[in-house]
Amino acid sequence: MELVNLFVKSIFIENMIFAYFLGMCSYLAVSKTVKTAVGLGAAVIFVLLITVPVNYLLDNYLLQPGALSWLGAEFLEVDLSFLSFIMFIAVIASMVQLVEMIVEKFAPALYGSLGIFLPLIAVNCAILGGSLFMQQKDFNGIEGALVYGFGSGLGWFLAILAIAAIREKIAYSNVPAPLKGLGITFIITGLMAIGFMSFMGIKL
Amino acid sequence: MSSETNQKSETEAEKKKVEMLLFLSSSEEREHFLSKANRKILKDPLNDNNPITVQVLGICSALAITVQLKPAIVMSLAVVFVMAFSNVIISLLRNSIPSRIRIIVQLVVVAAMVILVDQILKAYAFDVSKQLSIFIGLIITNCIIMGRLEAFALGNGVYKSFLDGIGNAAGYGLILIVIAFFRELLGSGKLLGYEVLGHKGVTLAESTGLYGLGYEDNGFFLLSPMALIVVGIIIWVQRAGNRKLVEEN
Repeated sequence: MELVNLFVKSIFIENMIFAYFLGMCSYLAVSKTVKTAVGLGAAVIFVLLITVPVNYLLDNYLLQPGALSWLGAEFLEVDLSFLSFIMFIAVIASMVQLVEMIVEKFAPALYGSLGIFLPLIAVNCAILGGSLFMQQKDFNGIEGALVYGFGSGLGWFLAILAIAAIREKIAYSNVPAPLKGLGITFIITGLMAIGFMSFMGIKL
Repeated sequence: MSSETNQKSETEAEKKKVEMLLFLSSSEEREHFLSKANRKILKDPLNDNNPITVQVLGICSALAITVQLKPAIVMSLAVVFVMAFSNVIISLLRNSIPSRIRIIVQLVVVAAMVILVDQILKAYAFDVSKQLSIFIGLIITNCIIMGRLEAFALGNGVYKSFLDGIGNAAGYGLILIVIAFFRELLGSGKLLGYEVLGHKGVTLAESTGLYGLGYEDNGFFLLSPMALIVVGIIIWVQRAGNRKLVEEN
């Protein structure tokens, strides 16, 4: 039950885009059509699903103060947490590279449609943000990290899908010239974020 | 950390060498430090080519930390530092990085810079560092830094890259500070923690300044969606004054 609660919370209440504005750059750049938005969203879910648990293991068995105690009692004092940024980003960058190679080998059709978006993901703030929030949240086991990674990826996917659909429609409406494109997208995202705030406080 | 200082002294020597090479190889006269072209590199990102409102880079961290002015200023300074020096380092290394692994090299350089900033903040400004929480770490993936490294530092000389870093980070900081100014002023009636609109007491009689006249804070500005709407309005105002930025669709 706790996991279901975490799942719903990470999709709606702590939505990466509407609550924390993470991954906004690609969210704004790639949301012009629904098709590309779906591709990028799927890639983000995939990468978050892998990197959050991997970084959870790294954090718990390597980086946290006292995490190295499995090596022996003399390592109990070691605190490597200042290295977490560089470790996390290295995991993410190499994981993205790995995912790219695997997808290219085993699912060439998917690779064709994701193509350019895969390398872009390495610098998507939502991915690093997922790992850093995971570090703050102190999950009890790896399944928490897994559910959290999947949930926040799904939340990001829903957000980019929604804005892409709205942007396709808004091309036909009469927006003031200086607001066209970027400006109106910001304002719509703001309004959607207000909508998402109504999920606040929901507990399952 | 020792490798860091090592690298620094190395880069110092390398910088001199590269500058000499640049000086010898260029057929044109050596440019003045603030020549017209260099001033353009520095000034362009403030308006015509602003990283946030025109290039759409670095929005991720820009919005969440603008509730108050102070963290926004600290964040801007951190980005100026990281941006200028990672631009310089990448520009020095630009001829020796194989293009296939350049993203990882860039990320590592930026991450090293960010760790430096993070540790300094933790040591000297702990409460601000707590307030910024994960957003200092997110400078690493701030697209503005990767974007400028890719677009500028990989193809330009050291001094120009340094100016480009400062200029873009300043353009980013400018927007950040404008947003934070409005959000703090309208949301909590303070600037940098000072009560500029007067003191709000429990009853109307105890209040001073604007609050004495019955003014109320607009708590909406403290919520995150308002940051997006403020950016939207800034873009509107900027493009209304600068028509060539208006998009087709």
